[in-house]
Amino acid sequence: MSVGLRPGSRAERSMAASSAFVFVFLYAPILVLFFYSFNENDNVGIWTEFSFRWYGEMFQNDAVMGALRNSLVVALVSTVVSTVLGTATALALERFRFRGRGFFDGLSYLPVIIPDVTMAVMMLLFFVSFFRLLAGAGMAFEFGLGTISLSHIAFNISFVAIVVRAKLAQLDTSLEEAAADLYADRWTTFRLVTLPLIMPAVLGGALLALTLSLDDVVVTSFVSGPGATTLPVYVFGLVRRGVTPLINAVSVVMLAASISLVLFSLVFQRRGAEES
Amino acid sequence: MLKRMFLLLMVFAVAVSACASDDGDATSAEDCEVDEVDGDLNFYNWSEYMDPDLIAAFEEEYGVDVVETFYESNEAMLAQVQGGVSYDLIVPSDYMVSIMISEGLLVELNKDAIPNFDNMDATFTSQPYDDGANYSAAYQYGTTGLGVNVALVGEGFPVSWALLFDPELTSTFPGGVSVLNDPRETMGAALMYLGYSLNDTNADHLAEAEAVVAAAKTNITAFDSDQYDEVLAAGEVAVAHGYSGNLIISMGEADNPDDFVYILPEEGATLWIDNMAIPTNAKSVCTAHTFINFLLDAENGAALTNWNYYGSPNAAAVPFLDQEVVDFYAATTEANTEVIEDQGDYEINYTDALARAKS
Amino acid sequence: MVVGADVEEVAEATPELEQEAERAASRRGMLIAAPSAAYLILFFAIPLVIVFVYSFARRSSTGATVLDGWNLESYRRLFDPLVGEIALRSFGLAVTTTLLCLLLSYPLAYFMATRPDRIRNVLLVLVMIPFWSNFLVRTYAWRVLLGSDGPISQLSQLFGGEPIRILFTNTAVLIGLVYGFLPFMVLPLYAALDRMDWSLVEAARDLYADGWTAFRRVTFPLSMPGVIAGSVLVFIPTLGAYVTPALLGGARTTLLGDYIVSQFLAARNQPFGSALSVAVMTVMLGATVVYFRRGGRTL
Repeated sequence: MSVGLRPGSRAERSMAASSAFVFVFLYAPILVLFFYSFNENDNVGIWTEFSFRWYGEMFQNDAVMGALRNSLVVALVSTVVSTVLGTATALALERFRFRGRGFFDGLSYLPVIIPDVTMAVMMLLFFVSFFRLLAGAGMAFEFGLGTISLSHIAFNISFVAIVVRAKLAQLDTSLEEAAADLYADRWTTFRLVTLPLIMPAVLGGALLALTLSLDDVVVTSFVSGPGATTLPVYVFGLVRRGVTPLINAVSVVMLAASISLVLFSLVFQRRGAEES
Repeated sequence: MLKRMFLLLMVFAVAVSACASDDGDATSAEDCEVDEVDGDLNFYNWSEYMDPDLIAAFEEEYGVDVVETFYESNEAMLAQVQGGVSYDLIVPSDYMVSIMISEGLLVELNKDAIPNFDNMDATFTSQPYDDGANYSAAYQYGTTGLGVNVALVGEGFPVSWALLFDPELTSTFPGGVSVLNDPRETMGAALMYLGYSLNDTNADHLAEAEAVVAAAKTNITAFDSDQYDEVLAAGEVAVAHGYSGNLIISMGEADNPDDFVYILPEEGATLWIDNMAIPTNAKSVCTAHTFINFLLDAENGAALTNWNYYGSPNAAAVPFLDQEVVDFYAATTEANTEVIEDQGDYEINYTDALARAKS
Repeated sequence: MVVGADVEEVAEATPELEQEAERAASRRGMLIAAPSAAYLILFFAIPLVIVFVYSFARRSSTGATVLDGWNLESYRRLFDPLVGEIALRSFGLAVTTTLLCLLLSYPLAYFMATRPDRIRNVLLVLVMIPFWSNFLVRTYAWRVLLGSDGPISQLSQLFGGEPIRILFTNTAVLIGLVYGFLPFMVLPLYAALDRMDWSLVEAARDLYADGWTAFRRVTFPLSMPGVIAGSVLVFIPTLGAYVTPALLGGARTTLLGDYIVSQFLAARNQPFGSALSVAVMTVMLGATVVYFRRGGRTL
């Protein structure tokens, strides 16, 4: 492939150095939290001695394990749905003119703009009224992981849409048009031409959605229901107890799981590449 | 186009809110008997505030499941309960109890089903937020005071809010001081420093308090409600304003625990009480009564305090408490303390005063 | 770009055909938009009306919102000088954070986008992995790093300097915000730079002798949609950020996010909180749409 910078040039080297610096910046706190997860002390940041105490307590702590499970369920569901809907939003807004486009355009930015606490309050009030309305029609719904996922999707759609739109805006449409001339079918054009081209943006949007969902506290705590505590709400709820290195241990386990998932897919990809 | 869409939305919203009337299907508390259970218990509480062993013991003894859900603020809990999400037992703090009573969100307790109510120290049944404890049973209590690093402050310091608010004094502290990022607590502390009540609602007094906080700001390292205990134990600040339980644990875990003391200023300090209460839309009202009775048992009450290190309102539990906790809270009962009361319309002024003092 | 020209060429055939083609495209667009539009209307626009209605309501003495006695009091309060001061301060912080994020992210995104296929995706995921740990734990880790016993301070002492405490300063807030929002900048930038038409850049390098000019006149304009999207995704959330400034900066000043949260929670003043939110959203939506349009035109 052709590359914008001449390999070995000064620009290329300073770019690599700057990237390395950013990675150090990104992983410095991760090293700290890893290190302190083996801390015997009750405080997160005061070192006493090496111990597996918190890992032991973590696996025995049903509340934490339940919260972790809830978080993962919500994050996965909301990431998948919002990635599909967000990509469709981006496609419609960047590639088509239709009635109501202006309204939809504005609406698609609002979930990014709204302060989280405002969204939390309004979602709660909305679900309360909506469920009463549905109850009148004989359908019973309750607060819980469902309402949390619905709310996360609502804000995630917009983040995915903005990232994917940036890519679509910059893509040369001549490729898509050439393909449209070749295959009559729009869906085939999308699948074979557009989607591969915007894939980095779709992947990026999905990663962003996953992160936002895993970190949300305020909206989640307002629309949650019995038994539906997620990990961040649990952690913020430690006001009375204080945060302990137990949470570091949980983070380390989550990081280890995601890193091994990445390694696994890398090996898998390489195999696939060798076979083909 | 836009206008039409907006109109449609408005119509829908009005339709939705029109349906938002109460559907009142109250389960009666009066029929509950001692040790009666009428279903699983949905327990809504702060994280790690309840001993899991006690939950297990309750489940075993009464053959019901306890589903625990956790919240991170009284306000988030209020929003959920107000929204009609059904929990059987909640743990609101003092001021929140009075708000929830006046909003009609709490069930009047049936004391006949809670014989262990007699174990409660009289202090906790005569609080202004629920005089006579008709709607709430104290769960645990603590105080808001000052954690002092004697090595940094020096011996012979005044037992006073001056440790936070006297700029001349605080400028000599290496690392400065940490103050709670909470309008009622911090403005309340400043009001007490000036000799007023922390529930004072005189606008001139609040303006004075605002000036006190603004003047003290140079030496206030942080307005911190989350990690003040650890920051203090790590020696980053000399004095930390905070809650008794967190401070006692963190100071005990510091490198040199003997350097630290927890004090309640002589001008007065906040006493705060978390309470068990049953929302009106609870489904297992009797199980909730039984659970309250279970926790007010002498040994169970002691087990809870020995687990979370907060004060026990359970007078019968005292003989079973760890000596450490007894000593720690002995001072509290003698000190000059006051509970934060909800001040209705005046409430927003505390928030504004703190925001202005910080600007 | 070339899009407009192509459409005209096709449409030149006959006016009827042109109209028919336009209608077909409109239908198709609506069809693609329909599911997400329906979702956002039901689960966002309708709830949003509640906020709008609440902003005209009044607060009861217990902090409940009373839906009568409609008034403009909450909007009148927006003109309190305190609000302006808070908004301005937050704006400054958001601008600085956005610029720093852009400065750090561009080289990284460029570097990633110019690696071989297989490594590219791994690098992308490596950027994101730190953010799958818990937010509070990450922030606490920064407290350790920036504290007076932290590695930065120890390094300074090793070279005979004084202990340095960055924690509870504005620098700490900036570090925390840049850290937290970096991926929001890196991802759109990377998406824009990835599979860019590098032949254009090559051609530019042949035209202009030096690489900087080629970058300035070709690469950067081509990546503009990414820059715009990234800066919006960093700027807006930073404007409302309050946990990071509280934990790393010690909440020594009031910020917009902080102020709105305290209205909804501590003061339980939903009408004023709603009015503040409506104001912020109106201003920001206007700014965002204009920003995207103008950014689009510079291409």
